[in-house]
Amino acid sequence: MDFELFKAIKKELINEVTESRLTHGILELKMSAENFFGVVSKLKTSFDFNLLLDLTAIDYLKQKEERFDVIYHLYSTLHLVRVRLKISLSEENAKITTLTTLYGSANFMERECHEMYGIDFVGNDDLRPILLYNGFEGYPLRKDYPIEKEQPLVPYIK
Amino acid sequence: MNNLPGMEYLTTRKDEFVGWARKFSLFPYPFVTACCGMEFMSVSSTLYDTDRFGAALPRFSPRQADLLMVVGTISHKQAPIIKKVYDQMCDPKWVIAFGACATSGGFYRNYSAVQGVDKIIPVDIYIPGCPPRPEMVIDAIIKLQEKIAKSKHPIVTENF
Amino acid sequence: MNFEKVKAIIPSITKGSTEDSVIINLGPSHPATHGTIQIIAELEGETIKRTDIHCGYLHRGFEKEAEAHTWHGVIPYTDRLNYCSGLINNFAYADTVETLIGLQITPRCLYLRTLLSEYSRLADHLTCVAAILMELGAMTAFLYLITIRDYIYEHLNHLTGARLTYSYVRIGGVANDLPEGWLIRLEEILQFYENYVEKVHKLVDRNRIFIDRTRNTGVLSTTDALHWGFTGPILRSTGAKHDLRKDNPYLAYADLDFEVPTGIKGDNYDRYYVRMREMDESVHMIRQCAKKLPSGPINLEGHKYMLPPKELVYKEIESLINHFKIIMEGPIVPSGDCYRAHEGANGELGFYIVSDGSGVPYKIHVRAPSFIHVGGAHIMLQGGQLADVVPTFGSLNMIGGECDR
Repeated sequence: MDFELFKAIKKELINEVTESRLTHGILELKMSAENFFGVVSKLKTSFDFNLLLDLTAIDYLKQKEERFDVIYHLYSTLHLVRVRLKISLSEENAKITTLTTLYGSANFMERECHEMYGIDFVGNDDLRPILLYNGFEGYPLRKDYPIEKEQPLVPYIK
Repeated sequence: MNNLPGMEYLTTRKDEFVGWARKFSLFPYPFVTACCGMEFMSVSSTLYDTDRFGAALPRFSPRQADLLMVVGTISHKQAPIIKKVYDQMCDPKWVIAFGACATSGGFYRNYSAVQGVDKIIPVDIYIPGCPPRPEMVIDAIIKLQEKIAKSKHPIVTENF
Repeated sequence: MNFEKVKAIIPSITKGSTEDSVIINLGPSHPATHGTIQIIAELEGETIKRTDIHCGYLHRGFEKEAEAHTWHGVIPYTDRLNYCSGLINNFAYADTVETLIGLQITPRCLYLRTLLSEYSRLADHLTCVAAILMELGAMTAFLYLITIRDYIYEHLNHLTGARLTYSYVRIGGVANDLPEGWLIRLEEILQFYENYVEKVHKLVDRNRIFIDRTRNTGVLSTTDALHWGFTGPILRSTGAKHDLRKDNPYLAYADLDFEVPTGIKGDNYDRYYVRMREMDESVHMIRQCAKKLPSGPINLEGHKYMLPPKELVYKEIESLINHFKIIMEGPIVPSGDCYRAHEGANGELGFYIVSDGSGVPYKIHVRAPSFIHVGGAHIMLQGGQLADVVPTFGSLNMIGGECDR
């Protein structure tokens, strides 16, 4: 556990980060959508977090005020530690800045998150469906999409 | 032509002969999508061999194949493609649904898996299992060969 | 295809194309691509200028299914993610849940899970190398490697009951202990492996045709690899020595002695050779684990998460109620979230789980290495010839179940 590094990160980002905690060896930082891009740029340039591991979202339907939580995991191949970023978004304003200018791997991950949850990534103009097909309506991983609702492209013969 | 004496004897012998020729020279089109593909690789290699049954040479063009083996789950995104491949194959053609996912959707009962490929194309033999053992695949090929041997093969006219 | 028509359908690929280029489609059903994937390539002569890769033809809704089953019920779905090495997915998932609960598995279970992870990695690399060689025309090497893989499948069948989709792990341990004679047969199979792999090395390593097709094709540099998110053997083939088993050790890897092979140029030949060397290192690790395997109980005592033994279930009422609650409601996992990653055969395989304190997961997300590698594959394909797509895409080891989940 690189506690010195985590202390340095928390000190550097003290203005942008609203909450931070250390869980299971990963430093988790919560912030708002406006400060998000600045935090990631600082983590990449000053602290060598050069690998964007993962991007996903959680849907808290009616359990919380802000419906979605977008989760990013970053990894540093130099310091060998991970960092998790959590951003809360409401349903009406589900927009967040894209990371494709910093990490190329963000492209596919943002396309998947967009088609599954409906979150808009501002600045990424290539948000075509990747795992689903053109003509699929709705966002399947939201809690209010029924699991067995199929939208077949070829009509069933029986 | 059907009124000539002894015609029935000729047509049944012709069916037997053509059936014998067709069943021992199957050209499978392995439409491999998922985990069952690993068992398909195992069944075509040395320990369990499909070459003994005449079904060794896969042909990856629908125009040249006569047995479509649907190996693995078919999702709704993939369904138009398999329909197109099936339509492009020429008669006579047979379809084997390999594995639980191709037979009935497997244990994926959600928005993206087709609940059995027989909802889109007609299927002759179903192989259960997730994934099926290679011996079951060989059993299915033998059953298909028995089915081909017993069926009618009109080759010259509609009845003969 | 008519250029104007294509431009209307896929504007992003035809941005910047001229009328001279040809757009072809290596469709989802193709003999030389592994699994179902569609590559739309813009060619100028035989050189590829740009590619657009479409995956998702095997999307089976893993994450949605996981929200509808108990924590134990998700285990069969995790097998079918990277189906070539099913045990690694099982163990990574169970490790994440056990970390969130705070369970500590027994030492025997720790070493057994390490041994089986390496065994599964061996099966996966055998499949990948066999597929690359078959597509380039080396049918003999394919048959040798698939024969060893079949012996491994039968051996794991003896232990777990299934050849390919094991569902062997349980939360807090594994399903059952090793049967009699399993370790003796293990040593026999490892000797078969060494015998056959030596033959494959002799056939392929210095073969003129193989070298011509794989040297300097599909080249990737380390900065590009990290920018596009590559991990695992592909990143190691570029020369970067990053391996989760050494950097963030988990299971029993801290006690084992092994090397991390790296490549030089990041081309297809390096990826083939890194995988062959990794297989040898795996065999070395399996032998160490088999020697160091401690005796003792395989599963945890106490039955809050593991099912009680059947003899007690038929006799005592407490065990019966315990068994019923674990099956019907699921083991109760405290609320919170957790991310754990294991070194899968393709790279970093991570599970991010969110629990709301019940027996059914609130969300499970898989960080699938193949999905991210396909997102960066165009870097390796661009500038090469059309025939180089075959070895390059084969060496990516794109497994459909993991890429599309």
